[in-house]
Amino acid sequence: MFDVLIHQFWSLTIAGVALGFIYVLISLGYTMVYGVLRMINFANSEIFMWGTFGTVITNRDLFNYTQTSEPAKGWKLALVLITALLMSMFVAALTAVFVELVAYRRLRMKGTNRLATLISAIGISIALQEVMRLLTSSRPVGSPRILEKIILTEIWGANVRLDTVITIIAAAIIYFILERFIKLSRMGKAIRAVSQNEDAAKLMGVNLNRVITTTFLVGGLATGAAAFFYITVFEYTKFNIGFTMGMAAFTAAVLGGIGNIRGAFFGGLSLGLLEVYASAVLGTQWKAVTVFVVLVLVLLFKPNGLFGEAVQQTRA
Amino acid sequence: MKIRNFFNLRDFGAGLWERSNRLQRIGIALGSILLVGLLPFAGASFLATPIASYDAVLVYPVGVFVLMALGLNIVVGKSGMLDLGYVAFFAIGAYTMALMGTHTGLNTWEIMPFGVGFAMLAGVLLGLPTLRLRGDYLAIVTLGFGEIVRLIALNSSWTKGPNGIANIPMPPDIGPLKFKLDDQKVFFWVVVIMILLTIWMIRRLSVRRPGRAWEAIRQDEDAAELMGVPTLKYKIWSFTLGAAVGGAAGVLYASKNLFIAPEMFTLNVSILILSCVVFGGIGNIWGVVVGATILGYLPDRIRFISDARLLVFGTVLVVVMNFRPDGLLPRKKREKAIVKREVSA
Repeated sequence: MFDVLIHQFWSLTIAGVALGFIYVLISLGYTMVYGVLRMINFANSEIFMWGTFGTVITNRDLFNYTQTSEPAKGWKLALVLITALLMSMFVAALTAVFVELVAYRRLRMKGTNRLATLISAIGISIALQEVMRLLTSSRPVGSPRILEKIILTEIWGANVRLDTVITIIAAAIIYFILERFIKLSRMGKAIRAVSQNEDAAKLMGVNLNRVITTTFLVGGLATGAAAFFYITVFEYTKFNIGFTMGMAAFTAAVLGGIGNIRGAFFGGLSLGLLEVYASAVLGTQWKAVTVFVVLVLVLLFKPNGLFGEAVQQTRA
Repeated sequence: MKIRNFFNLRDFGAGLWERSNRLQRIGIALGSILLVGLLPFAGASFLATPIASYDAVLVYPVGVFVLMALGLNIVVGKSGMLDLGYVAFFAIGAYTMALMGTHTGLNTWEIMPFGVGFAMLAGVLLGLPTLRLRGDYLAIVTLGFGEIVRLIALNSSWTKGPNGIANIPMPPDIGPLKFKLDDQKVFFWVVVIMILLTIWMIRRLSVRRPGRAWEAIRQDEDAAELMGVPTLKYKIWSFTLGAAVGGAAGVLYASKNLFIAPEMFTLNVSILILSCVVFGGIGNIWGVVVGATILGYLPDRIRFISDARLLVFGTVLVVVMNFRPDGLLPRKKREKAIVKREVSA
C-alpha cells in the first residue's frame, strides 16, 4: 500500500508542489473575497472553470493549434503561453466582476441576511456552469499541446518536467506580485482597510464599491492564472471541473486560515502535497474524499486554520 | 378591499382559513385533498406532459420534490441553516431500499423505518461536528458531504459502483390498490399521504418548543443561546428531521424506479430542491409546496426548460433572492391576515 509512496516519493513531491501552487492561486480568490466580504465566494470554482476555457480558446482558436500539430518552440512558444495566460486571467477576472455585480452587489447594498447572499451566489455558480455545459454539449474539451513535456533533469530518481517547472516558478512569481500589491499599493491598503473595519474605512473616504469590485477582480486574476497552469499541466477541461478544484482550493484556504493571504500559500502547498500522497496510498478515486476529510478535521479542531482568520494582523 | 384580497392569493387563502369555523375547515381540507387525489385523472387535459407519462411525472419529480422540499425547508426555512448536501439523505434512503430490498425478503414498508433511521443517523453524524460552524462553512461542508456519499456509492463494490442496483422490488399491493409501472396513481397517492404526514409533523412542531427554538435560532443564534435555548441540540434535531424526510423520499423513489445508480444523486438534486424552497418562499409550508410543484412540473411540460433545467433554476435562485427574497408565498402570511382582520373589524 505504501510501496508506491516510498518508491515514487520525489516525483510525487514535485507533482504535489505543482498542484499545490495551482491551489494557492485559486485559494487567493476565495481568501481575498472572504477578507472584504466575510463571505465565501461560491462562484469561484466556476470562475476557475471559465478561466480554463480562456487558455483552450487561445491555443485552439487564436493560434490554430490542433491535437496533432507540433508543439510550439522558441519565441512562438513564449508568445502563445503569455497570451494564453493573459487570456485566462482576463476571462476569469471578467467572470468574477460579473458575479459581483449580478449576485452580490444589490444584496449587499440592501443589507439583507447572509443566507440570501449565499443562495444568490450558489445560483450564479450553477447558472455559469450550466451555460458552459450547454455550450460544450457536456463533453470534455482537450487542449492542444503547446508546451512539449521535456524532461529537464532527474532529481533522486524523479523526472523534472518542463511544464511543472514553469508552473512552479511562474505561479510563485504571480503569488509574489499579488502579495506585494496587497501590501504596498494604495488599492491594496484600501482592501486591507475594508477587511479590518468596513465602516471605519468608509468614513476614511474609501470607495467601498470600487474596493469590493477590485477585490473580486484581483481574486479572479489569480484564479485565472491558476486555470492557465491547470491546462498547461493537465491539458483538458470540462464544464464541471470547477467543483473538485474549487472544493480543494477552499479547503486549502481554510487550512491556512481563510482571509489570510500567507495562509493561502501554505495551505495550498500542504494540501497539494497531501492530496498527491494520499492518492498514491489510497488510490485516486478517493482523492476528493481525502480533501473533504481534511476540511472537516480542520474545521473541527482548528477552525481558524494554521495561520488564523485574523486578516488584519497578518496582512498589516 | 375584497377584490384586492382575491388577487393577493396568499392573504386570501389565509383569511378564508381564519374566518372558517371548525366544520368548514375540515370541509376545506378534505375538499383540497380530494382535488389533489384526483389529479392523476386529469392527464388528458392541458396538464398533459409531452415527453414522460403524466402520472409518472406527478410522482417524480413533482411529488418527490414536494416531499424533499418540505424536508429541506425544516433545515433552511425553519432554522436558517443552509444545507447543500440534502441529496445525501435521499441517496442513503434509496440505497437502503435497494440493498435491503434485493438482499432480504423485507418489503418497502418494512424497509422504510430502516431508510429513515439510517438517514437520521447520517444526519446526526454529520451534524454533531459541523453544526457548530457558521452558515457558509456549513454550506460548503454539507456540499462536500453530498458529493462524498455519491463517491462512496460510485467506488464501492457492495453498491455495485457505477452500474447501480437493479431489480429493486415494488411495494406490495394494498388490498385492491396495485403498484404498477405503467400506471402510477397508487404511487402518487402514497406520496400525497407522506406529504400530508410531513406537513402535519412540521405544523405540530412549529407551534411547540422545537419550532420556537428554531425560530429563535434563525433570527439570532447568539441571542437564542443567551436566552437558554440549547441551540446545538435543536439544530441537530432540525437537521435530523430534515434528513428523515429525505430518507423516506429516497426509499419510495428507489422502490418506484426499480433501479438506482450513483449518477441520480448528484449535487444538482440538492440545488433543484433548494430552488424549490427558495422559489416558493423560504419557511412557508404552502409556499414550498407550490414552489416545488411548479419547478417540478414545468420542465416536463415545456420542452425547452427540460434541456436547460439547471440554468433556469440557477437563474431563479439569483433573481428571487435579489428581487423577491421571500419567494412566491412569503412566510408570516397568516399573521398578516390576522392583523388585517383585527384592524378592519
